[in-house]
Amino acid sequence: MAFFLETLLGGLMAGMLYSLVALGFVLIYKASGVFNFAQGAMVLFAALAMARFSEWIPLWTGIDNPVAANFLAFCVATCIMFVVAWLIERLALRYLVNQEGTTLLMATLGISYFLDGLGQTIFGSDIYKIDIGMPKEPVMAFEEMFEGGILINKEDLYAALIAAVLVTLLSLFFQKTATGRALRAVADDHQAAQSIGIPLNRIWVIVWCVAGVVALVAGMIWGSKLGVQFSLTTVALRALPVVILGGLTSVPGAIIGGLIIGVGEKLSEVFLGPYVGGGIEIWFAYVLALLFLLVRPQGLFGEKIIDRV
Amino acid sequence: MRKKIGDIILDVNNISLSFGGVKALTDISFNVREHEVRAIIGPNGAGKSSMLNCINGVYTPQQGTISFKGQTFDHMDSHQVAVMGIGRTFQNLALFKGMSVIDNIMTGRNLRIKSNLFLQALRLGPAQREEEQHRDFVEHIIDFLEIQAYRKTPVGQLPYGLQKRVDLGRALAMEPKVLLLDEPMAGMNVEEKQDMCRFVLDVNEEYGTTIVLIEHDMGVVMDISDRVVVLDYGKKIGDGTPNEVRNNEEVISAYLGTSH
Repeated sequence: MAFFLETLLGGLMAGMLYSLVALGFVLIYKASGVFNFAQGAMVLFAALAMARFSEWIPLWTGIDNPVAANFLAFCVATCIMFVVAWLIERLALRYLVNQEGTTLLMATLGISYFLDGLGQTIFGSDIYKIDIGMPKEPVMAFEEMFEGGILINKEDLYAALIAAVLVTLLSLFFQKTATGRALRAVADDHQAAQSIGIPLNRIWVIVWCVAGVVALVAGMIWGSKLGVQFSLTTVALRALPVVILGGLTSVPGAIIGGLIIGVGEKLSEVFLGPYVGGGIEIWFAYVLALLFLLVRPQGLFGEKIIDRV
Repeated sequence: MRKKIGDIILDVNNISLSFGGVKALTDISFNVREHEVRAIIGPNGAGKSSMLNCINGVYTPQQGTISFKGQTFDHMDSHQVAVMGIGRTFQNLALFKGMSVIDNIMTGRNLRIKSNLFLQALRLGPAQREEEQHRDFVEHIIDFLEIQAYRKTPVGQLPYGLQKRVDLGRALAMEPKVLLLDEPMAGMNVEEKQDMCRFVLDVNEEYGTTIVLIEHDMGVVMDISDRVVVLDYGKKIGDGTPNEVRNNEEVISAYLGTSH
């Protein structure tokens, strides 16, 4: 039982991180109907900016305190992501208003390669580390309930908490503010939104900024776990099954999809792994997504596509 | 009490629009006076919706100009049009289907929301008060359109006739000077049409909103409009009061065919 719970908790915490990356996809898809291929590149770019500035800031300014240096680096990286968002809108998306979805998809593919290259050109292509003071040592919990207690990775726990807070804030923003309402309106129908005077361009900048911040937080957490390196872009790929499962248009879907995938991966690895020789974690999510596509193509919470005849 | 019809507010001059080789509009000119109900009629494919789309900035005409309140443009920009006070409804409903009736109509207030993103996000006093004021305004519209019972219902679940009302409500929330209605009564039964006519006339009377309306139902058009433009195959074939148009030879032949 204790072992099962331990696996379950580990899965939930890993899932929270998937949710975070998936959220980036969902935000942009909702607001512009674009599947943003560049999300992975944005995660890497943001993480690189964060890692390098947290190195450079103490060198340039002589700030010794690592917390202050990290905080400043986070602010700088946020600003950089805002500038990137603004440039993407200004240089690419602005000219693609009312175009086919495929055109926009191809544009984000281009942006993705460009950001990959640009990030490594500016910040270098070595493996960097982000040290935001995440505690590495695990803790024991529920020792009085189970013999030996449950081993919880503190780093994962903190990461999951950060992700949960961010996700909650974003959902509130979408549901409760006038700008959030305008965002949802644009998501539903570009042309109608324009006709009532919602400025499409501004909305897109806002969404890409938010997606940039989400990418930064995801990049920071994954970067501090795995190191900042090119393979971070594939983290985004692992969030792909999550959005298929949860539905591309649903914020809660991204969260729950992430949790299901996280838990599913860990449980299947531990309990099914021995029978098929292990390595399930790598493909489990994709198979699950594939099954969902067959049964419920719009995902768990996506908008059902109904054509009135 | 209806406001007296005033000066020309919207003036369309020599508009031509073509898609590749297809001429949708040829040299169309007409004007709209303040506070009037102006109808654009014509058989299917006459270019009525294209005309509206030019005014609304969805299409850019190859030739001609459009003047609004004395300013002349050779093409309109959708966002700018909304800012200047031209609202519209759509022939094929373009509502935000996943959002509730209230939220749909609230989006129409977007241009008038002044508090910035951060005030909204933090739900600070001024932003909150502003939201409440807009909400009040929207409640008035909902009462006016008699859709109180559906305010929290996602629009996609409402029947067609009610969706058309929400579409009108969203446009009204902008407090437009000029309202472009693209077939507001298409696909409705007699009762729904009567309701819609009443709403349109009430809007015109109560708020003095100038109305430009595309409609197929001749009875409706003749009843509610002050002046009528008739298009056929992208050309203007008639312009005047309902009575003048009704007796116009060309209009009669376009609608009924000529005897050969």
